[in-house]
Amino acid sequence: MPEPLIYDLGAPGRTGVQMPVPDVPLAELPKGLVRDNLPLPELGELEALRHLTRLSQLNHSILTGFYPLGSCTMKYNPIINEETARLGGFAHAHPLQPAEMMQGSLAVMYHLQEWLKEIGGFAAVSLQPAAGAHGELAGVLMIKAYHASRGDSKRNKVLIPDSAHGTNPATSAMSGYRVVEIPSDARGNLDLEALKAECDETLAALMLTNPNTLGLFEEQVQEAIEAVHAAGGLVYGDGANMNALLGIARPGDLGVDVLHYNLHKTFTTPHGGGGPGSGPVGVAAHLADFLPGPIVGIEEEGSEEMGPVYGWHQPPKSIGRLKAFHGQFGMHVRAFTYILMQGAEGLRSVAEHAVLNGNYLRVKLQGAYKVPYDRVCMHEVVLEGRWADAPDVHALDIAKRLMDFGFHPPTNYFPLIVREALMIEPTETESKEVLDAFVDAMLKIAEEAHTTPELLQQAPHTTKYGRMDEVKAARQLVLCCEIPREA
Amino acid sequence: MTFVPHTERDRQQMLEAIGVKTIADLFSAVPQKFRFPKLNLPAPLTEMEALGELKGIAEANESADDLVSFLGAGAYHHYIPAGVDSILRRGEYYTAYTPYQPEISQGTLQAIFEYQSLIVALTGMEVSNASHYDGATALAEAVNMSRGIHRGARNKIIMSPGIHPQYRAVVHTYEDGGDLQFVGEDFDLSAGPDALIDMIDEQTGLVCVAYPDFFGRVYDYTKLAEAAHAKGALLAVSVNPTALGLLKPPGEMGADIVTGEGQPLGIPLSFGGPYLGILTTRNQYVRQIAGRLVGETVDNRGQRGFVLTLSTREQHIKREKASSNICTNQGLMMLAATTYMSLLGKSGLRQVAESCYHKAHYAAAEISKLKGFGLKFKDAFFHEFVMESPIPAAELNLRLLGRGIIGGYDLGGDYPTLANCSLLAVTELNSKEEIDYLVETLAEVAHA
Repeated sequence: MPEPLIYDLGAPGRTGVQMPVPDVPLAELPKGLVRDNLPLPELGELEALRHLTRLSQLNHSILTGFYPLGSCTMKYNPIINEETARLGGFAHAHPLQPAEMMQGSLAVMYHLQEWLKEIGGFAAVSLQPAAGAHGELAGVLMIKAYHASRGDSKRNKVLIPDSAHGTNPATSAMSGYRVVEIPSDARGNLDLEALKAECDETLAALMLTNPNTLGLFEEQVQEAIEAVHAAGGLVYGDGANMNALLGIARPGDLGVDVLHYNLHKTFTTPHGGGGPGSGPVGVAAHLADFLPGPIVGIEEEGSEEMGPVYGWHQPPKSIGRLKAFHGQFGMHVRAFTYILMQGAEGLRSVAEHAVLNGNYLRVKLQGAYKVPYDRVCMHEVVLEGRWADAPDVHALDIAKRLMDFGFHPPTNYFPLIVREALMIEPTETESKEVLDAFVDAMLKIAEEAHTTPELLQQAPHTTKYGRMDEVKAARQLVLCCEIPREA
Repeated sequence: MTFVPHTERDRQQMLEAIGVKTIADLFSAVPQKFRFPKLNLPAPLTEMEALGELKGIAEANESADDLVSFLGAGAYHHYIPAGVDSILRRGEYYTAYTPYQPEISQGTLQAIFEYQSLIVALTGMEVSNASHYDGATALAEAVNMSRGIHRGARNKIIMSPGIHPQYRAVVHTYEDGGDLQFVGEDFDLSAGPDALIDMIDEQTGLVCVAYPDFFGRVYDYTKLAEAAHAKGALLAVSVNPTALGLLKPPGEMGADIVTGEGQPLGIPLSFGGPYLGILTTRNQYVRQIAGRLVGETVDNRGQRGFVLTLSTREQHIKREKASSNICTNQGLMMLAATTYMSLLGKSGLRQVAESCYHKAHYAAAEISKLKGFGLKFKDAFFHEFVMESPIPAAELNLRLLGRGIIGGYDLGGDYPTLANCSLLAVTELNSKEEIDYLVETLAEVAHA
């Protein structure tokens, strides 16, 4: 029995909250502007909370099971983050209160800016972008502003590897750039020759994900970046895979000019069922003046007795504001808490174990599954979910069958350059026992693909819901409940 | 505090399986001179120490909880029923990701579907997306949508000066260097919405207004919508959802796109984020809307279920031809709003809205009686109003703060003609006693 819809619950006259009667004289309501019908449901408190609790139980989540969703870094989200973000001083802080009253919030943001600079090897950081894609937009707009500030108006194209996330070309197009796709070579690297052929005076930027979405460190990253710089272009780093680089290499050292971090991947802020994310951008010195602002700076240096005084600072050539107020501050507190508990050695251990886990899965699954780019990987491994001798089984079937074993499927059909791709990112917070159980399931599924393919094709079997009719959803669009329009 | 569960024995077994001696051997592809940089970060803390540290930092804030506050301007201090956070704290929700696998994500998917329904009901519109970053970015997407709907033609956008200055700034950042021409922002602040009608022409793609506007004022935009439609333009209205608990929704006025800041629906102030972008439209424009959409369907066992749908608009399919680059929503904040609206329901939201309205009007009436003070505008307003004071707002606010009151938003910075004006917000959390204290204190400090 599916959980009823909210509009099928409740009864006229019921409410989940009683508000106090106003303690002031009543004013006349504005004529002609009062709505005659507010068609919201009417539930009691228990009824509403039971409904939402029961719905929660239909979700797979990190807290309930392994979630090896490639490129999403579904690692443990420390509960303490949830406590610190809810401390009264932060949770009830109004964003427009004067900086002098908000020194705690500004201290968190200042230190997070500084730490992200240090971790990525950058000269400056803005915390304003709301998510990874928003950070990309910030980065590409900065690149555009940088070229414009130099009177360099011919640069109209952005190079994007064929393995890149869809956000990269979407962002470039939003910013008015032409997108040129660069193929990958046989080792899963960006094809250096193809890249060099596009490095001319119309080049605005290269958008580079490193490690790339095949989970591989770009072996010619320095040559690629040098070629772009030599042509007068800039390099945008997509920080989606930063979990593999913490304390291992700093993108800024490698020559990346601007990079977005995903606090919800690398720095354990929760994914929240699809957000909020948080996508701070770090930049090399020549882009610092273009950052979205304001950012936090020091107004007065501290002394031994007194900490510094923090204030807002607008970068002089800022691309402007990307979001109202100061970014996803609650996520800043969580990332701050996490980095505070890790320190330099902890962060390096995170990357090391993420990569150890990725490679462990690679060698354990190799053989039963084809690893199209077979070399030491970073934090994730991409497999092919297909066999020549089991032609009717697809990556999607493997993904769905994994649910019967209690696992969330890997990312599938991405990156686009691998046929029937299965992209597996275990993260460092999973133990060897969990990985072994996952390997067992994957090996069993590979066997079933050959012996009983229908078991995969009809999967999942043990979940509360089976495969959904996505075509029906798109053709007969139903995007909301029937709303009672009568009063 | 480490969250890495590996024992030394695990590591050895795993390295052996991989066929390397040390973990460092896994990083040989990284250029040697940049490999293993020494990061200068503070020494790691345990959970207990970290909490202590964070408590100390949080106490350095003087927040709306410690003082009496009349500050709003796009972020509002409301009562959040305890049930809201009990739902947000469920790991099944907050540690899940975008529901790409519907069989094991029906919780999030149905919650989004219900959110879309509640927002449709509240705004009087026909389609809501699964949410956007915040009110400002949702408005920027409305502008983007208008361009998509008009297929690149009609590059004139009329923006009322009554839209939040930061929202307008975000729209300009998004569109900087593009082909759109923005007009209206320098318009007379007292003119009212009908004055915008004269600016609408055949080149106009979109007219953007706010409801209530940044100054708290409320207008019926029906005539404006008709005028826009007569010339083939669209009307976008940026809303405060609390007001819609009481006031006629923009969907009934003919709006084509309704955006808004959902923070008042059960989301704490949290220094400005994470908040919730509301983005809705008419059925006919559903293919131009940005962001995730959840639709109803059935599974192969015949059960009703929900999936992400119309994803052919989105970046992971369409890449450079996508309607937007967005790939997240504000999932958890969407859930907060859904829970808040589910708990308050029809009568609760109306009560909150009326309470805000009556208290704000009481405050405005009392302040108007003070010598040297007055209301800048005579229009109807919801729970915010512009107070003109005998001394500059910045100075007034400093003096109020000395008495434990966070004053209104100083409008002089954004609107030079409003140097002695501040924007005061009153919500259900402000008691009559607090309002009386404000009025009393204003009288004392203004003439000190």
